Formats: sequence, structure tokens, C-alpha cells
Amino acid sequence: MTPTADVRGMTRRQLLSRATAAGASFVVGAGFVAAPDAAWAYETTHIKPEAFATLVQMARDIYPHDRIPDENYVIAVKGYDTPEMAPAIEAGIAALDAAAQGKGFASYLGTGWERDRVDILRGMEESGFFQMIRGGLVTGLYNQKAVWPIFGYEGESYSQGGYLERGFDDISWL
Amino acid sequence: MAAPFELTDDSVVVIIGTGAGGGVLANELAQKGVSVVSLEAGGRYLPEDYVNDEWESFGQLAWTDPRTTSGDWRVARDFSGLPAWIVKAVGGTTTHWAGASLRFQEHEWKAATTYGPVQGANLLDWPIDAAEMDPWYEKAEAKLGVTRTGGREGLPGNNNYKVFEAGARALGYTEVHTGRMAINSAEYDGRTFCHQTGFCFQGCKWGAKWSSAYTDIPRGEATGNLEVRERCHAARILHDDSGKVTGVEYFDADGNLQMQAARVVCVAGNSFESPRLLLNSASAMFPDGLANSSGQVGRNYMRHMTGSVYATFDKPVRMWRGTTMAGIISDEARHDPSRGFVGGYELETLALGIPFMAAFLDPGAWGREFTSALDAYENMAGMWIVGEDMPQETNRVTLNHDVKDQHGLPVANVHFSDHPNDIAMRNHAYKQGTAVYEAVGATRTFPTPPYPSTHNLGTNRMSENPRDGVVNRWGRAHDVPNLFVSDGSQFTTGAAENPTLTIVALAIRQADHIAREMSAQNL
Repeated sequence: MTPTADVRGMTRRQLLSRATAAGASFVVGAGFVAAPDAAWAYETTHIKPEAFATLVQMARDIYPHDRIPDENYVIAVKGYDTPEMAPAIEAGIAALDAAAQGKGFASYLGTGWERDRVDILRGMEESGFFQMIRGGLVTGLYNQKAVWPIFGYEGESYSQGGYLERGFDDISWL
Repeated sequence: MAAPFELTDDSVVVIIGTGAGGGVLANELAQKGVSVVSLEAGGRYLPEDYVNDEWESFGQLAWTDPRTTSGDWRVARDFSGLPAWIVKAVGGTTTHWAGASLRFQEHEWKAATTYGPVQGANLLDWPIDAAEMDPWYEKAEAKLGVTRTGGREGLPGNNNYKVFEAGARALGYTEVHTGRMAINSAEYDGRTFCHQTGFCFQGCKWGAKWSSAYTDIPRGEATGNLEVRERCHAARILHDDSGKVTGVEYFDADGNLQMQAARVVCVAGNSFESPRLLLNSASAMFPDGLANSSGQVGRNYMRHMTGSVYATFDKPVRMWRGTTMAGIISDEARHDPSRGFVGGYELETLALGIPFMAAFLDPGAWGREFTSALDAYENMAGMWIVGEDMPQETNRVTLNHDVKDQHGLPVANVHFSDHPNDIAMRNHAYKQGTAVYEAVGATRTFPTPPYPSTHNLGTNRMSENPRDGVVNRWGRAHDVPNLFVSDGSQFTTGAAENPTLTIVALAIRQADHIAREMSAQNL
């Protein structure tokens, strides 16, 4: 993901110098979330960066695909970063952190193992917040053309004349 | 008088809907010189307009006007506003259908007699039989260019089919082939052959699959006897003091209420909209809805016993390549109560792309059990189960007066719960489908719940006795002499087969009847 606005002007070193770790997967600074190596950065506009980082982690924990980079999870949830949605998202993330604290962790991102986060999510999977995030991800994540090749899915083939001459029946292991 | 027709022209036949039933009926009547006005709620999309992208195509073609659901079917929980995945466009759901074109088996016309009493089921024999339908099926197969009929070659099998076929053979199944499909294996009727592109559900960009949108509809229009009014939503059927229908009120493309006079009205809006229209046409003379003296309008809703089985393997399959429904196993379609249920089912290959697989494999599921299945998508094969479900009076379409559509009309509520026979049959099919894939080395199998319905049947059913159903052997309302039902809602029972061929055959036969009765001045 291309860094945006103010973040764009910074070198990786500058960016990382202004950030603090949020769990193992993210660093956050004033108005931005980034990868720990600054390979990507997303400038939040309405959701607090810590809450947004938690939201991205939550998205990955709901639909974990180890070969899909964080950037695609960021794209899947950045639609919530609006004045209308930000309060509900921050409230939902606050509830998530509270649930984590109830289990002895500092925060949702303060957990070490995915199984601990999944345990927290199981406890709130009937909530409107969880269902909204999960439901939105079904299209928000899997309808990104950029992730299709990771699954081997080839998308449309009409422009190439279909598969008639391109392997519709090429299975060889039966 | 040639199309377009005046609103006041009461010599026309008004047909509501342009799909397998309405679209074929319109063309067949137009070819016989009958003046027809077709009201189509959707817009017109042709092969060059179709989009090979699952969600974008869904947005283009699917009927997404509000509907509500109830009952214990899982669709009511996972897709509460979307009981059916059907199309709102010229050509109706013939744009979306997979193309499987199977005749009913002889005994399926007489389900009540063949199966005997089934507790909780409202079984009834059709008032017609296989011998009577045989010539109409032949005409329908020729119209659709069905493969493996009339000397037409079968389609070649794709990777998904090859896995399915190998498993079926290993299990000892013998009725296994690439299907009788309304998809050209060679150029036919001016349409090219299948290029194995996939995306059959999104409208065939090659036009290799039959759809009324680019066959019957334009041919009917070319006669000068058919006028199709797009984006016109039928609101109410009107009648006179004698109880004959006189015209149809509809909202035009600009949302203005219009009234088209009619000599005959034919309803073909699929099994939710057709009963909804009859119920919304209630009057002082017909307080329970038009043609509803039996109380059966909207009842006996059938959606076929369905489900899917997907399986992953240790090597690639790439099931999305080629024909979506690429083959069939018919061995389980027989009636054999020793299996623990009456009626039978077909197994047919099916493939979804990643976007729809994520939505439909296990709706609501999350976590690694779910995502690891998708991670194996490239190595996945899939099949769909389609079997006869039991008609039940309580499975029904009613008006939901608390929810209105964009025109202010009460929407359809669709109530459905499985009959124990449906559940027993589905469990048998899951077991057999799983065995097919395990026989060729599946590493994991997924008994996948039914999708929103595509086969919607029975809500204006055909009966010999007016007490038992809504229409007679010609699809004519028992109560109203010049009102017909022309879609799958007239099905008395559903049989195990995909319904489109039977809908088309009934429409060709009904056109013959209507034209003859009009000539004889009986209509």
C-alpha cells in the first residue's frame, strides 16, 4: 500500500522514529498505522491509529490467510474510517480490549497467540459489531482482485477466449 | 395492428415476465400472429453487457428488491432478505441458469400415486403425464439445442467433471455424463459453441447457452406482434363484474402507474412474484386474492432439496475453468424408498469463484477451519445436489404488509421449513457426494448448506380438481377464464430435475392452447 499524505514524505527511518509498537504486527504514530518495517503505512483520518491497528488485526484473526499481506486487510476495513462509522468502530474496539483485559492481557494487540485472540472473538461473535466486521470482510477481503492469485483463482477468461484452448481439461493426476 | 400497442388495446395478451415461461410464451404466441405486450420489471442486458465478475454481475442482474423470510431454513438466517438468487432483467433467470435440461421421469408426474401418503406432505398428481408432454419436450429440446438430444453431441468434460466422473465410476455409478445441456457443443441456431469460459451464472458472453434474452425475445419482436416494455413492474391485475380479467396496472420505468388493457393475462414472474401479484390483486369479488378460491395461491412453495459437496485434494483441480455445471450423476434420481425417503436426486458439478465461495461455502463461519478450506481453493472440486422436495401447505409466499417495495406494494414473505423427507434425502446425498470425492483421494470434504433458492416452484399449482390447486392442465386459473400462469409456480410437484426445460415445454404447449382458444373465440 502506498503511504498517504503526510506519511508519504517520510523516509522509513523517519516514520519508524515517530511510531511505537502496537502488538507484534503494527506500529502506530500520530495519525498513521504502519508495518513494523514500514513496508506499508496507512494514514487514518477518523479512527484513532491504535484502534485501527486493532481492527486490522481483528480482520486477520477472523479470516486468517497467512499468504495475504496486511495491506489487503487494511484495504478490507478502511471503509470504516469515516466520521459516521468511527465512533461505532472505536466503541467496538474498546469492548474488544476490555474483553482482552478481562482475560489478563493488556489489550487485544497485547496477546501473544492467535488462539488467545480467537478466544476473545468467540466471546463476542454474536455482537452486532463482530457480525458487521465479519460480514463486511466477506466482500471487503475476498472481492479484492489482488488477493485472487494467492488462491490460484484466475478471474475472468473471456478476454482470452476462455479455457477451451487453455487447460479446461488439463488435469493429469487422476 | 403492429407493436407498439396502445394502452387501451384490449385485443392483446399481456404477459408478466420474460424468462423461461413468459419469454417463450411471448415468442410462441407472436409467431402465431397473436398480439402480445410483455411487462418486464428489469432492464435489457445482452451478452456484450454481461460481466464476468461474480459480485459485479450480481449487482447488474439479480432481483434484489426487498423480500422477507421465515421458517427454519438456514437461508432465513444467513440471507434473510435474499430468499432467492434469481434475475430481474429481460430474459429473467434464463440469463443466470446453468443450462441443465432434463425431462421429468415418468413416475414424477404422478408423485401422490407413486409415493403414496407422506405425512405432512401435500402431494398431488399432475393432471398431465409423460406421454402427453413428450412432443412438447421434443420441441423444447430443439428450441434450446439441448446436448445429447436430437443427435446433438455432448459437451467435453472439464477438470471438475473429470474428478466427479472418476469418483462416480469408482463408486459404481453408471449414469454419468456431461449432461443434457442447453449449451451448444457445436454451433446451433445461429449461436456459437461453448468456449469453456466459466461464469455461466453471470450470463453467457458467447451466447452459447440458451437464454430467452437473445433468442425468443428478439425473434418475437421481429414479427411485429410482440412489444416488450422494460422496467415495468406489474402491480395489480384488474377484472370486470363477470370475473374476467381486463388489464394490468403497472409502474412504468419512470414510476408512473399505467394500465394496459388485455384480452388474456399470463403471469410468469417466478414463484414469489406470481403469487404476490395474485394476492396483491385482491378485490371485493376476490377478497383472498385473484384465482384463490382454493386458498392454494402462494402455498406448496418448493425450492428443490439442494445442497453442495465440495472437496479438496492434494493436487490442483481448477474447477472454475469451463462449464459451471459440467456433468451429472443420475443413478440416485430413481424412486427407491429403501434409501429412507421418497423421490430421488441428481448430482451435478458446480463451481464458484473465490468471491462467492467465501460467501456460500459456510455462511457465517470464520477462523482457520473456514479459511484453510479457501486456501485450498485451487485444489477444490464441487458438486450441487438437486432433488425432489415435498410440497407442504405451510411453506408459502404471503404478503408482508409491514414491508413495502419501492412502489409501496407489500413485499413477498417466503416461509420455508424442510420436510423430514427432504432432510433424509439431503443427508443421503451428502454421504454419496462425499463418497464420490473420497473415492478419488479427497483430503477433506465440505457438506455445504443450500444457497438462496434458484428453483422456485409450486406456489400456483396445477390440479385436476379446482379445490386442490390454482390452475388447470393448461395453466389456466380455475377461477378466472382468461388468466393463465406460465412459470414454475404452476408445478404440482417438483421432480428431481432442474425445472427450466419443463417450464419451456409447458410454455410452448400453453401458447398452442391459447392461440387455438383465441381462434375459437373461447378466450
